[in-house]
Amino acid sequence: MPKPMTPLAITAYTATSALGHGVAAQLDAFGHGRSGLRPNDISRSPLDCWIGRVGGVEDTALPEAMAAWECRNNRLAWLGLNQDGFLRQVEAARRRHGSARIALLLGTSTASIGATEEAYRRLDPDGGLPDDMLRPALHAPHSLTAFVAAALALDGPCLTISTACSSSAKVFASAERMLRLGLVDAAVVGGVDSLCDSVLFGFNALELVSSSPCRPFGAARDGISIGEAAGFALLERAALAPDAPQLLGYGEATDAYHMSTPHPQGLGAELALDEALARAGLRTTQVDYINLHGTASQKNDEVEAVLVNRRFGAATRASSTKGYTGHTLGAAGIVEAVVALQAIEHGLIPGNLGGDSPDPACGASFAWRNERQRVEVALSNSFGFGGNNACLAFARAGFAA
Amino acid sequence: MSALRVYVEGVGLWSPQLAGFASLRQLLAGHAPPPPPPPPRPEAAMLPPNERRRAPESVRLAVEVASQAVAMSGRDGSTLACVFASSHGDQAITDYMCASLARAAAELSPIRFHNSVHNAPVGYWTIANGCHAPSTAVAAQRASFGAGLLEAATQVLAGQCPVLLVCSDTEGYGPLREVTGCTQSFGCALLLAPGAGPATLARLELQLGPAPATSALDEPLAGWSAANPAAASLPLLALLASADGRCHIAAGASLGLQLDLTGIDPLESVA
Repeated sequence: MPKPMTPLAITAYTATSALGHGVAAQLDAFGHGRSGLRPNDISRSPLDCWIGRVGGVEDTALPEAMAAWECRNNRLAWLGLNQDGFLRQVEAARRRHGSARIALLLGTSTASIGATEEAYRRLDPDGGLPDDMLRPALHAPHSLTAFVAAALALDGPCLTISTACSSSAKVFASAERMLRLGLVDAAVVGGVDSLCDSVLFGFNALELVSSSPCRPFGAARDGISIGEAAGFALLERAALAPDAPQLLGYGEATDAYHMSTPHPQGLGAELALDEALARAGLRTTQVDYINLHGTASQKNDEVEAVLVNRRFGAATRASSTKGYTGHTLGAAGIVEAVVALQAIEHGLIPGNLGGDSPDPACGASFAWRNERQRVEVALSNSFGFGGNNACLAFARAGFAA
Repeated sequence: MSALRVYVEGVGLWSPQLAGFASLRQLLAGHAPPPPPPPPRPEAAMLPPNERRRAPESVRLAVEVASQAVAMSGRDGSTLACVFASSHGDQAITDYMCASLARAAAELSPIRFHNSVHNAPVGYWTIANGCHAPSTAVAAQRASFGAGLLEAATQVLAGQCPVLLVCSDTEGYGPLREVTGCTQSFGCALLLAPGAGPATLARLELQLGPAPATSALDEPLAGWSAANPAAASLPLLALLASADGRCHIAAGASLGLQLDLTGIDPLESVA
C-alpha cells in the first residue's frame, strides 16, 4: 500500500451540467430534488432515452482568437471555465507561479468526436472531409486539453487522460505526482464530455441505455441516462491556502476482467478504495460520505452496493447523483468530485435520486433522501470501461486523520 | 527543478519496417543487408488466440511493443503500472463509428464501440496479464510520446515502482487520414524503473523546458517520424540503440523535454 501523502489545497472548483451553470445551480438542484434529465432531443436520429443536456451550449461563443477550436465540446468547456470565477482564479495562479509552472490535466472520453461525426455526415463529393472541417487538432482526443491550454495561456505539462468514465478522476492523481516531484506549483484539473451520437448509439448498442430517467441502485433499474458536463479544479500546495478544502488521497487500480463489465467482486474498485484510504491515512469509519459511481447499469450498481456494505458502516452515507446529471462519462469524475466538495462545504448529502424502490442489495449506508450533517471527509468513486477504477478522498480544511 | 532520473530496462518497437528494437540497432549499425521487415500485422502473440482474432489493430500494435519491452526487462507483466499513449487511438474504429453513425446509427456494433475507448489497448493488456496495477491511457496530439514519457517518469519516481510506457498510433484510415497524417503504423514501449538493476540498459534524465527545436534525424528515420506522431520517440530510440547522448522532444505545444541518456552495461550495474 502507498504511504500517506501530503494533502493538497483545492483553491477553486466549478461544475456545469444538466443541473445548470456553476456550483450554486448544482447545489440548488440537490436541495430541491430537481433532476436535470429530459427526453432525448439531441441525437441525429431518434433514440428513445433521457439525457442530461447542458442548457445554453449553443449560445456560447468562443473568443474570436479561438475560432479554430469551434465545436460543441469546446463550447461546453468554455461555458464551464466561465463559471464561479474560475478564469480569474487561474489568472491569479498564473501570476503567482508563472504559466510554465502550472500543469493542465483534463479527462475526456470522446473529446470533440461530435465534430468528426459532423464532418462524416457532410463529406465532399470526392469522399474527403469538408473544407471547414479540415482542422486536424479538432479530430483528436487532445482537442479539449489543447483548446483549454490556449484559452488559459498555460505552458506547463499538458495531458489528456482518456480512460473512459474514470478519466477526470485520474487527473487528480497525475496532478499530485507532478506537484510532489516539484515539476509544477499548481495544476488545473478537470474534464469535459459532450453529448454526441457515438456515445448515445454506442451505449445503446451495448443495451446499457434506459428508456426512462436512470434509477441508480433502484430495484427496477434498466440502464443509464447519458449526460454531458464540464468541471474544473485548481490544486495548489496546502501551505498556500490553509482554509481551502483538501485532496487527501487517491487510488487507481485495474480489474483485469472484462472490457465493458466490472469485476463481479469489485476487485479493482476495492483496490482503488484501499489505495485512496492509505494515501489519505484514513480508516473507513472516518468517511462521512461517498459519492458513488452508481450508473444505474445492472452490474455496476450490484457490485458497488455490495462493496459499500462490505467495507462501510451505516454512519458512512452513500449516494449516486447520476439521477440528477445523467452519466457524464469522462466528466463524471470531476462533476462528482465537486459534489463531494459541496457536501463538505455545505453539509448536504444529496439523496440518491431514482432509488424510490431500492435494490434490496443496498445496505444501511444509502442516503435515499437529502440529509444534512457535518461532512469532514468525502470519497468519490469513478469506474470506467477497460476495468479502470479510481477513488478520490477529500476533506475539510485543517482535517487531520 | 532538478532532472527526473529513471532507468530503462526494456524497449519495444514495431513499424512496417522494424520488427523490434534489434532491427533498429541493426539498421543504425549499418549492417548489410538491412533487417527484414516484420509480417504485415503486429503478432501480439501474448494475447489469447480468441482475443487476438477479435482485437483491433491498435490493440495488437500496443500489445506487441509492450510484450517486447517487458520480455527484455524480465519483469512480471501482472505487476506493472501502465501508461499507454496514443495521439489518435484506433483510427479504423473512429472511421467505422463516424461512417456508421452517418449512415445507420442504430446499427452500430457494440463490440466496436467498446473497442473505441482510448484505453482499449491498456484494457486488453491488463486483462491478458492479470494486471491490477494502476493503468492509464493518455494523449497529447503530436507530443503524445513526450507527454506520456513525462507521465510515466512521474509515476516511476512518485511511486518508486517500475512503469510500462507504450506509445503507438495505427495507420490513418478513411477520410480521417487526411487530418491525422498517419501514413503508417508505429509503436514503441519503454520499461522504466526507479533504480539501476541487473536488467538496466541505460540511465535516462528528463529536464523540462520551453519547447526547443526537436532533434533532427537522418533518413529513413526522419520520414518515419513525419509519418506517425508516436515516432516522435525515434530520437530517443536511436540514442538507446547506438550511443549515449542528448536529444530534445516535444512534451506539449509550448513544452520541451531534454533527454540525457547514459548507457549502462547490465553486468556493471550489479556491482
